[in-house]
Amino acid sequence: MTKETLIPLLGVVTDIRADTPDVKTFRVEAPNGGKVFEHIPGQCAMLSIPGAGEGMFSITSSPTNKEFMEFSIKKCGKLTSWLHQMEVGQEIAIRGPYGNGFPVDTEFQGKDLLFIAGGIGLAPLHSVINYCRDNRDKYGKIDIVYGSRSMDDLVDYKEIIDEWCAEDGIDVYLTIDRAQEGWDGHVGFVPNYVKELGFDTNKTAVICGPPIMIKFTLAGLVELGFDKTQVYTTMELRMKCGVGKCGRCNIGDKYVCKDGPVFRCDQLAEMPDEY
Amino acid sequence: MYQLSLDNLQNFFRQIAAHEKLYIPTDKDNVAVYAEYAEGMQLTQKLNTNRSAKDFFFPQTENLYDLRMNGKNLEIEDTREACEDFVVFGVRACDVRSFAILDKVFLADPVDSYYKNRREHGTVVSLACTRPEETCFCQSFGIDAAAPEGDAACWIADGSLYIKANTEKGETLLSYVADLLTESDGSAVAAQQEKTRQLLAKLPLANTDFEGMKKTDLMAHFKSPKWAGLSEACLGCGTCTFVCPTCQCYDIREFDTGSCVKKFRCWDSCMYSDFTLMAHGNSRNSQLERFRQRFMHKLVYFPDNNDGVFGCVGCGRCLAKCPISMNIVKVEKALEVQDA
Ligand code: SF4
Ligand code: SF4
Repeated sequence: MTKETLIPLLGVVTDIRADTPDVKTFRVEAPNGGKVFEHIPGQCAMLSIPGAGEGMFSITSSPTNKEFMEFSIKKCGKLTSWLHQMEVGQEIAIRGPYGNGFPVDTEFQGKDLLFIAGGIGLAPLHSVINYCRDNRDKYGKIDIVYGSRSMDDLVDYKEIIDEWCAEDGIDVYLTIDRAQEGWDGHVGFVPNYVKELGFDTNKTAVICGPPIMIKFTLAGLVELGFDKTQVYTTMELRMKCGVGKCGRCNIGDKYVCKDGPVFRCDQLAEMPDEY
Repeated sequence: MYQLSLDNLQNFFRQIAAHEKLYIPTDKDNVAVYAEYAEGMQLTQKLNTNRSAKDFFFPQTENLYDLRMNGKNLEIEDTREACEDFVVFGVRACDVRSFAILDKVFLADPVDSYYKNRREHGTVVSLACTRPEETCFCQSFGIDAAAPEGDAACWIADGSLYIKANTEKGETLLSYVADLLTESDGSAVAAQQEKTRQLLAKLPLANTDFEGMKKTDLMAHFKSPKWAGLSEACLGCGTCTFVCPTCQCYDIREFDTGSCVKKFRCWDSCMYSDFTLMAHGNSRNSQLERFRQRFMHKLVYFPDNNDGVFGCVGCGRCLAKCPISMNIVKVEKALEVQDA
C-alpha cells in the first residue's frame, strides 16, 4: 500500500480508449514506467485531480499485467468529466490499493466460475476474469453473462468478442435491454437471462452491477438453487480515506473500504441494509 | 508521589513552558478552553472544557499535502512541519481515556501518521476530579475520575498539587520541575479520592450499565422499533459529534489558494445528510438512519471490533450540549428496556 496512507503517488496516463459513449479506459503507469503499486483483483484505488476532487475506482486490469494498471470509468460527475477530457501524458495523483479483493487464491480455486455483470459493473469483474484467464489451470469452467442498455454500452466489447469468446473453457452470454438494429444476440435484462440460462448450482458466482440488478440476480440464483455462500458481489465504492478510519463507508461492524468491497451474499444478509 | 504548594503553580507552569509548549484549561469569555500557557494564566475552576481534548491529536482541520498542476505535470508535496513536543495539563480522566479509543482507530494498521506524530510528541498530564457533575457517567466505562490515567497524574488537595509520573514522558516532565517538588506520602490524595468516590456513587447516572447492550445482537438493536421515537426530534445539527472526545469521522477536502490546491482533513459528522451522499444517492436517507448510525457505532459496532470497548467515555458533553436534550444514556436505556 502507498506508504503514507493519505498521501498519493504520481501516476502518468499513458493510454486512453473510448469504450462506450460514456465510458473510457485509462492506462496509468508510474512516472518511470511500471506499475505505481501492486494489487489483487477486485481492489480499488483513489484517483485525484486538484480542483476536481478525488474518487475511488476499481482497478480494471489484472495484476498479471506487470506494466500498467487500467481503470474503466463512466462519466457521471465533476472528477470523472475531468478525467474524460484529459489527454495522454497527464499526471494524476493515485493512492491505494484498497479493499479485500476477490478470494482468487482461496475460495475461487478449482471452482467453476460464473461472472454476471450489468453495465459499468463489468469494470471490477474485468480484473478478476483476466486474472483467471491468465491462471487458467487453477480454475474450472468460466461462464460470463454480461448485459447493458444497448450494444454501444457494452464495455470492452472488442476484447470480449476477440479474446474471451475465442477461448476454450469460457462461455460468454451477452444481452442488451432493448432490441436494436445490428444486434442478433439476446435481448432482455440480466437477471431474467441468468434464470433462462439456468446454470449448474455447483458454480461460484460473482455479481456486479447496479444495486437493483444485483438484488434480482441474486434472487434468481437462489431460485435456481444456489446458496448465498456461493455468491459474491462487490459494493459501490462510497469511500473517502480507504483505510477504515473516516467512517464514511461504515455499515454495521464492517468498513466497505477495508472489509469489502467484495462480500459474500450470506455475509451481506447479516449486515444492516444500508448499501 | 510529589507535592508542590499551589502558591508555586505559576512557577510550575513557567518551568514546563520553558521546555515544551504547554496547554492548560483556562477560562475565556466564561468558557473553559485549552490555551497555550502565558504568564499569569489561571487554571479554570470549571469541571471540564467545553470542547474535548481530541484537537491536540486529531485537530478539527489539518493540512495533509499540497497539489500543484502545471499543464500535464503534477507535483505532490508533503507540507507537514516537524511536530514539536508539547504538554497538555489538566486533562480529566474521561478525556484521557478517549485517547486510548482514538488510538484504536488511528494507530490500527495502516497507521495514521499525522495522528501518530502528535501522539508521540504529546505528554498528557491528567487532573483528578473532585466535583463530578450530574451529567458524568465515566464510571459506567470503568473509568475512575479520582485516579486518572495519563503520562503523569495530578490531584489538587489542601492547597497543594500532587503529581505522579506513570510513563517515561511523565518522568521527563517531572525533571523540568524537580526543584519545586517535595516527596509526599500521598495520604491527602487518598483522603480526597475517598470523598470523590463517594460523590461519584451518588451521581444520578452512576448506575448506567452499558454491558447489557451486549446481550442483544447487532441486527436486533439495528431493527429496534425504538429508533423512530428516539430520533424524531433530532435536528441533525452534529453538536453531539463535534463535542464528543471519541467521535472520529472525518472528511478530506481541498482548498484552492490560487497557487496550489491544499488537501486538508476536517471533522465530519454521521449526523449530517451529506455524510453518505454520493452521485448515485444516499444510503442513509433519513435522520432516523443517521441518528441510529451514531449510537450503533458507539454502542455496538465499535465494541464488536474492539474487544468490547464502547465508543464513549461518559464525559457528559453530549448530554449538556444537545439542543433537544437527547443523549447516549437515553438511547441505552430505551434499547435496554426493549431487551428486558
Ligand atoms: S446534538 Fe442532539 S439534535 Fe444535534 S445531532 Fe446530536 S442528537 Fe441530534
Ligand atoms: S457520547 Fe457523549 S458522553 Fe459519550 S464520550 Fe461522546 S460526548 Fe461524552
